[in-house]
Amino acid sequence: MAELIDALQPYLIPTLRVVIAFLVLSLIAAAMIWIERKVLAHLQVRLGPMRVGPHGLLQPIADTLKLLLKEDIVPAEADRFIFLYAPVISVIAALTPFAFIPFAANDRAPDVNVALLFIVGVSSLGIFGTILGGWASNSHYPLMGALRSTAQLVSYEVALGFALVSALLLGGTLSMRGIVEKQAEFGVWFVFLQPVAFFILFVAALAETNRNPFDLPEAESELVAGFHTEYSGFRFALFFMAEYSAMVLVSAIATTLFLGGWLRPFANTEVVIQGFDVLSLLDWMPVAVFGVITLWLLKEIPGADSNTHRLALLVFAVVFGGVTAALLLPGVLPAVQGVFWFLFKVFIFLFCFIWFRGTFPRYRFDQLMRLGWHFMIPVAIVNVIFCGIGLLLWQQWDWNLAGALWVGNLATLLVALLLAGRTPAGQAA
Amino acid sequence: MMFYQVTFYVLAAIAVVSALLVITRRNPVHSAIFLIVTLLSVAGLYLQLQAEFLAAVQIILYIGGVMVLFLFVILLVNLEVTVRQEPFNRMWWIAGVAALVLLAELAITYYLGRQAFATPVVSAAALQPNTELIGRTLYQTYMLPFEMASLLLLVAMVGAVIMARRR
Amino acid sequence: MVPTSHYLFLSAALLTIGVIGVLTRRNLIVVLMSIELILNAVNINLIAFARQLASVEGHVFAIFVITVAAAEAAVGLGILIAFFRNRETVNTDEIDLLKW
Repeated sequence: MAELIDALQPYLIPTLRVVIAFLVLSLIAAAMIWIERKVLAHLQVRLGPMRVGPHGLLQPIADTLKLLLKEDIVPAEADRFIFLYAPVISVIAALTPFAFIPFAANDRAPDVNVALLFIVGVSSLGIFGTILGGWASNSHYPLMGALRSTAQLVSYEVALGFALVSALLLGGTLSMRGIVEKQAEFGVWFVFLQPVAFFILFVAALAETNRNPFDLPEAESELVAGFHTEYSGFRFALFFMAEYSAMVLVSAIATTLFLGGWLRPFANTEVVIQGFDVLSLLDWMPVAVFGVITLWLLKEIPGADSNTHRLALLVFAVVFGGVTAALLLPGVLPAVQGVFWFLFKVFIFLFCFIWFRGTFPRYRFDQLMRLGWHFMIPVAIVNVIFCGIGLLLWQQWDWNLAGALWVGNLATLLVALLLAGRTPAGQAA
Repeated sequence: MMFYQVTFYVLAAIAVVSALLVITRRNPVHSAIFLIVTLLSVAGLYLQLQAEFLAAVQIILYIGGVMVLFLFVILLVNLEVTVRQEPFNRMWWIAGVAALVLLAELAITYYLGRQAFATPVVSAAALQPNTELIGRTLYQTYMLPFEMASLLLLVAMVGAVIMARRR
Repeated sequence: MVPTSHYLFLSAALLTIGVIGVLTRRNLIVVLMSIELILNAVNINLIAFARQLASVEGHVFAIFVITVAAAEAAVGLGILIAFFRNRETVNTDEIDLLKW
């Protein structure tokens, strides 16, 4: 028995980590149901879901129950096996790369040498879920939606790769942990050295996850619902979960590569006023966030609509209050810092995803492809070239790193403006 | 080292069975799916051979690029009639003979060269750091083939776009 | 450690299956997929020997093989689409314009 436990020992912690990551992702996907509808609603000056729980807080539970209890429809002439397993492929491709992403400095994530390549590769396998789901539905609208979505995904993957290469040139390694440690070593996040690459990464991430303004393949007013038209019930929930997990994945990649991963803002600098480092107050950010949420929940209790709502608010307040109290215990706050800042930055990205959905009109498909091939890819290639030149100047001729890179950035912006100013003959871009 | 042997046999079995299914399915979409399974198991074998960069490149390029292209073309060439046609042509017995001759040839070559397998397999650290070594070799020793390969890709891209363009 | 000969036998098996696919199937797309099988068998061979001889040149050669395979797949599928537009078929028995 002891030998069995010894033999299984190296696999226990990674398995536990995988299970925790999967649970956290499911919770985030469920929370995003509520967050997206509420934020979109407030952006459009309306209230959003208010009925199901206090301020619609129980909406994810209602939506999940609805999807689980719906009738399971398989189209008549559809290829049954592929139809059943296409959403599974999407979910697998969206969830597997989380095994390679470290959430904190002392996280037991495996430090793979080629982690970033594997993440990009495995997440690009989600395209097959789209293609096969659209084809297996044996219907025109899903097939057209699948073909369009695939063309879009493949085009913006190239731009995503080039934007990643710019960050990799600075990081010097394909290992995710190594890139964050490089940012700690430089003392500055890569977003301030390569903002153009960050912008291209973000736009390509929007296109990769089929989010507005690139959501033509799945928009409600377009091809019915694109490749997941014929999917209902739990299969649609799987596609939905795959989409939100992919959003969290690209947010995590952008956070790790450009925003410093688990590093606290201003981690290397000190602003000392009268012997006290003012910036160390940022260490109390987790307590502040959870405390504010708890106080808001408690404030809402007297004005709630019914006793059920009061009970729900009390339960939520107890949970968040418990987390705040646990954070105040000695020794917990330093251990939790890395994970908190990582998730905080990922949530900022998710908020930006929702913000863009409420702000921008949709691109037509030919405009989308033109933007990808005629603008994104050339600008990304030029950015890589100037990043390489900047690094060469820094290493060989001892230029200032930020100065050399920003000269390159300005040159790239010039090229981008020239490219954006060109309109194709006889048609508005 | 039992773990390595078990994973080798599992991956090799999946690869061979998937390859057999690739060439025997009527529906080209099913063939494509089984080819994806074969390529994934080959990527797993590369990982076992300490070729981590190549495993990642296989997944990104071969599966995420070439197979997407195949599936795209299969969907565009929207063939309902091939599923009802005869999958194998009349020359199947010639193919069997050719395959047997090929196998015999390979077996003889392996037998004659069996001293080559006597070289002891080196440790896992010999090819690390894999990406850096491949990068150095590719950009220093084999720079000319690298440039020719990029030219080849450019020519192939231009040719494919021109041939598939609508007149 | 799994001996190199095991990898070579696997490579031979995949090669043979690919050759049978190229010679036997009527659907042109499946013929192109069998060619990809052959190229993968060659790659396994290269990487197995690269590990045994501790040489990274096997990996570099394998990268070139993947590159050429991608280029060939693109061109082959381009030809297929062009032919399909004219003849409405991808059956190799019906693609016989050059036969005497």
